Amino acid sequence: MSEQHAHAAPTGFIRKYVFSLDHKVIGLQYYFLALVAVFVGMFLSLFMRIHLVWPEANLPWFGHIKPEQYLTLLTMHGTIMVFFVLTTAPQSGFGNYFLPIQIGAPDMAFPTLNMLSFWTTFVSFVVMLAAFFVEGGAPLAGWTNYVTLSAIPSAGPGLGLGEDLWIISIAIFCVASLMGALNFITTTLDLRARGMSLFRMPLTCWAWFVTAMLGLLAFGVLLAGGILLLLDRNVGTSFFVPGGLNVSGNLSFPPGGLNPGGHPITHTGGSPLLWQHLFWFFGHPEVYIAILPGMGVASQLLSTFSRKPIFGYKAMVYAILSIGMLGFLVWGHHMFMSGMSPYSAFAFSVMTMAIGVPSAIKTFNWLGTLWGGRIRFATPMLFAIGFVSLFVSGGLSGPFLAQPVLDIPLHDTAFVVAHFHLIMGVAAIFGIFAGTYYWFPKMFGRMMNETLGKIHFFITLAGTYAVFMPMHYLGMAGQPRRYSQFTELQYLQHLIPLNQFISIAAFITIAAQFVFVFNLFWSMKKGKKAEINPWEATTLEWTVPSPPPHDNFGGVTPVVNHGPYEYSVPGAAKDYIMQTDPATVTAH
Amino acid sequence: MATTLSPVAVDEPKLGGRGPTMAPPPRDGGWGGGRPDEHRDRLRRYRIGMFFALTAVVMLFVSFTSAYIVRQGVGTWSDASARYVTDWQPISLPPILWVNTVILLLSSFTLAMAQRTLSRKLKAAPRGGTLTMPEPLLIVDGQRSIPWLGITVVLGAGFLVGQLLAWEQLRHLGIFVSTNPSSSFFYVLTGTHGIHLLGGVLALGYAGMTSLLRKPLATRFLVVDVTALYWHFMDFLWIYIFALLHFAR
Amino acid sequence: MGLALLFIIWLITLSSTYYFVIQKWAPLPVASANGVLIDHHFTWTYILMGIVFLAAQLGLGYLVWRYRDRGQKVQYSHGNTTMEVTWTLLTAVLFMGLNLSGEKIWAEARFQGAAPGAVQVEVTGLQFAWYFRYPGPDGKLGHTKPELEDASVGNPVGIDPDDPAGKDDVVTGTMYLPVDREAELVLRSQDVIHSFFVPAMRFKQDAVPGLMIHMHFTPTKLGDYEIACAELCGLGHYKMHGMLKVVSQADYDKWLAAKVAEKLAQ
Repeated sequence: MSEQHAHAAPTGFIRKYVFSLDHKVIGLQYYFLALVAVFVGMFLSLFMRIHLVWPEANLPWFGHIKPEQYLTLLTMHGTIMVFFVLTTAPQSGFGNYFLPIQIGAPDMAFPTLNMLSFWTTFVSFVVMLAAFFVEGGAPLAGWTNYVTLSAIPSAGPGLGLGEDLWIISIAIFCVASLMGALNFITTTLDLRARGMSLFRMPLTCWAWFVTAMLGLLAFGVLLAGGILLLLDRNVGTSFFVPGGLNVSGNLSFPPGGLNPGGHPITHTGGSPLLWQHLFWFFGHPEVYIAILPGMGVASQLLSTFSRKPIFGYKAMVYAILSIGMLGFLVWGHHMFMSGMSPYSAFAFSVMTMAIGVPSAIKTFNWLGTLWGGRIRFATPMLFAIGFVSLFVSGGLSGPFLAQPVLDIPLHDTAFVVAHFHLIMGVAAIFGIFAGTYYWFPKMFGRMMNETLGKIHFFITLAGTYAVFMPMHYLGMAGQPRRYSQFTELQYLQHLIPLNQFISIAAFITIAAQFVFVFNLFWSMKKGKKAEINPWEATTLEWTVPSPPPHDNFGGVTPVVNHGPYEYSVPGAAKDYIMQTDPATVTAH
Repeated sequence: MATTLSPVAVDEPKLGGRGPTMAPPPRDGGWGGGRPDEHRDRLRRYRIGMFFALTAVVMLFVSFTSAYIVRQGVGTWSDASARYVTDWQPISLPPILWVNTVILLLSSFTLAMAQRTLSRKLKAAPRGGTLTMPEPLLIVDGQRSIPWLGITVVLGAGFLVGQLLAWEQLRHLGIFVSTNPSSSFFYVLTGTHGIHLLGGVLALGYAGMTSLLRKPLATRFLVVDVTALYWHFMDFLWIYIFALLHFAR
Repeated sequence: MGLALLFIIWLITLSSTYYFVIQKWAPLPVASANGVLIDHHFTWTYILMGIVFLAAQLGLGYLVWRYRDRGQKVQYSHGNTTMEVTWTLLTAVLFMGLNLSGEKIWAEARFQGAAPGAVQVEVTGLQFAWYFRYPGPDGKLGHTKPELEDASVGNPVGIDPDDPAGKDDVVTGTMYLPVDREAELVLRSQDVIHSFFVPAMRFKQDAVPGLMIHMHFTPTKLGDYEIACAELCGLGHYKMHGMLKVVSQADYDKWLAAKVAEKLAQ
């Protein structure tokens, strides 16, 4: 069944590396797009941290950061990180590269669609960056773009063309993600090799599969919201914008603007909460889109480097599935303080607490996998262990925020910033790092430098904790988020030294990332040559050369005989059994 | 690479994984199960893909629907009357929509006929060669069949023109996108549906031209088959939208 | 390497726990009736989650050190269903119990309205200030009109001069409340979403354009408390603040009478 879409290997540069149909090239394209995006996002956060604690500072070739510029940095940092890094790298990057190989397929189900979805994502990124350079600059309404701030161009700088570009970029991104998602789902369902039953898929594949499902169901909702918001802003409809507004003396928006009928544009009757519902119906599953692939990678690596089968494989699968399902029923916990009915807040909080249970199962099983193993501390494993630690730390602030009564003091404070950065930001990034160190030999045929990797790990782990742990203290002390400086409120004054500590920790952590980038590019050229299976792992990607040939398996369709995590099987000759190893029945 | 295993008692907890297999591999791989029939494989794969693509379309329209219902019921505070009011005023739907509906239903029928003709042709084609060979430009058997595919494309385009006429009628009545939330939703729903249907028209147009582009008959069958799924769904979707606009005014 | 990992994980865990426990950056002292209950429930959640945090992190550090590769035999196992189910039930009970025990406080704060006789205050948020309107002796707030909203002519909330009920309405930039008496707030916004946040009262609620949101709380301590905005509202978000002065009932009456007299004299 491989022949029909095992398109011939292209020869020209453009067909091979630019408009390639090969899932491996597309995976790398996504990965490097995310790498560029993560550096843009990181530098935005660097400027934010500088402005927060030294609001009067003059930066070289940037000058003095104004409060509205701080909000612009904040909006774009969030947007770029969430969409172009956390959605792009772990799912579209690694997923594209390794999902087909791990299930024994020669390519994705729809290679052309795959290429289109990458280039659509690329266009979306370019449109997003263009927002920096238009009149008024990039939007400042936050990545959540709450109406009415985001709907009324005169409500602040950056809310003109910049905001429109933001919405258009995200709409394009939605389309790209939908194409990617349906490709992932079809590939997983239809292209598994013989013997690769669903319950023999590596947990990474399960994670990518469920993530694709989430994307398929969530991005359409954001797209709908984006279309309606764009109309509210530019055509004068009132889906979200209520009447009776007076924005710095203006009653119609834009001031002097006319409807096609010749009447001034005055909005009536729209519901700002409707936008929040649409946004968070997408937004909450998006959190799981970011973190599920990381969970998959962590499971894979903990088992591989502990030389022990994953603890409770099926429980892990059911946990992923229930996280995916419950993820669609909890969006209201972002809106406890929004004016939503307090009764629905109660319902949402119950569902949210329920989602803590499968997360706890995952953690328990990760620890169970380590228990009684023989742990090898290669860099990928270190990042997987770091992932577990960060997931626990970030996860345990969840039950605070899931309770509306505790959300009263904590909502929109630094506590929330700490929570989601640890669990969806840093933990997911650790998943990406773990994946990078783990699969680099397969992708580039060379090993990454272990010493540099370990330096990178220890500084990043300590650094990110130093950045985000103290934010819990700030949040409990009542420091609101999205403040460009803390000079105006008396009760925030004594928190400034702690904020300075966070900024310095952030600078060190950011600096450490250059070690990673250096290691990445240096190892591509100078790294030690990698063997086919350097980590002695069991899954299918380790049966093929590094990097794999154009159709992955060299024309041979693999047959799968074993589950994905057969390590240290008693009586076996080696301490691992590859999935493709023959099923041997010994005579007795 | 072969590993010899001695039969060992391996614990297999209910919620855990399984130990190494000592039996021949099970048949279940992907849904294809490794059948050699290339055409059927592709067909199945494209159908799965289309099914999930339609799921995404459903979510888009589910969002619009929930926004529609919420927006219709929501009250906002009015300073003038000092109470919560709704500004929703139902619009009367242009009667031409009924004509459009009939056209679209008809197109679903003609598309089904086109599919039937095509699959008959495919069955009649000699095994092996023709499927993968470009379709001959001239119909050899001399039978003039009704160009169902062409009729479908025309009907689809007719529906789209009809929808534009409906918009035009509303504009003449002074009902624009921003006039009232009900009209906003009318334009959004019909517009989004129209853009989707336009995609279907283009796909069928492409299928109609496969013989000109010297693509194999199987490609044509594939495109028509998958587009038909999409088309019938768009048909159903239109009825749903029409009913929503009509009954939930 | 195992030891290094153990060291860094334990160091991170214990040092963050240390600061969680000593509360160097403690929340402001609580000054409202409901806030005491919230803090109490917070402490419970804090302790329980703290225990889980310590157990998981210290356990993780210990496991990676204990089972580092020393050539030992691996315990081949695919899991343990009994343990799995037990753990699942345990966390379900913990999370659900914690949640349900807190809902009573939530219900008190939000399911029911203010008791009759509460002080009425209308809170209006706009870019970038809070205004407070008191109904005056007639107990009624006058009509407002968006087109009249203009702080520069002394009518920031747009009171309609034609409505007699608005003649004695008092509008201030500082909020006054009598101690130990329930305050009923009506939150509204003129432009974008703001969030009325009084950290010491453990009170927060968004003010949404198009909605009049009724809320209530009871201040229990005399003093001055800062009000912040907790929803991104534009470039001046960080400096959108106000002051709440909780005074005795007598002082409150005196202040209000003076303000009303001042208003009627205009």
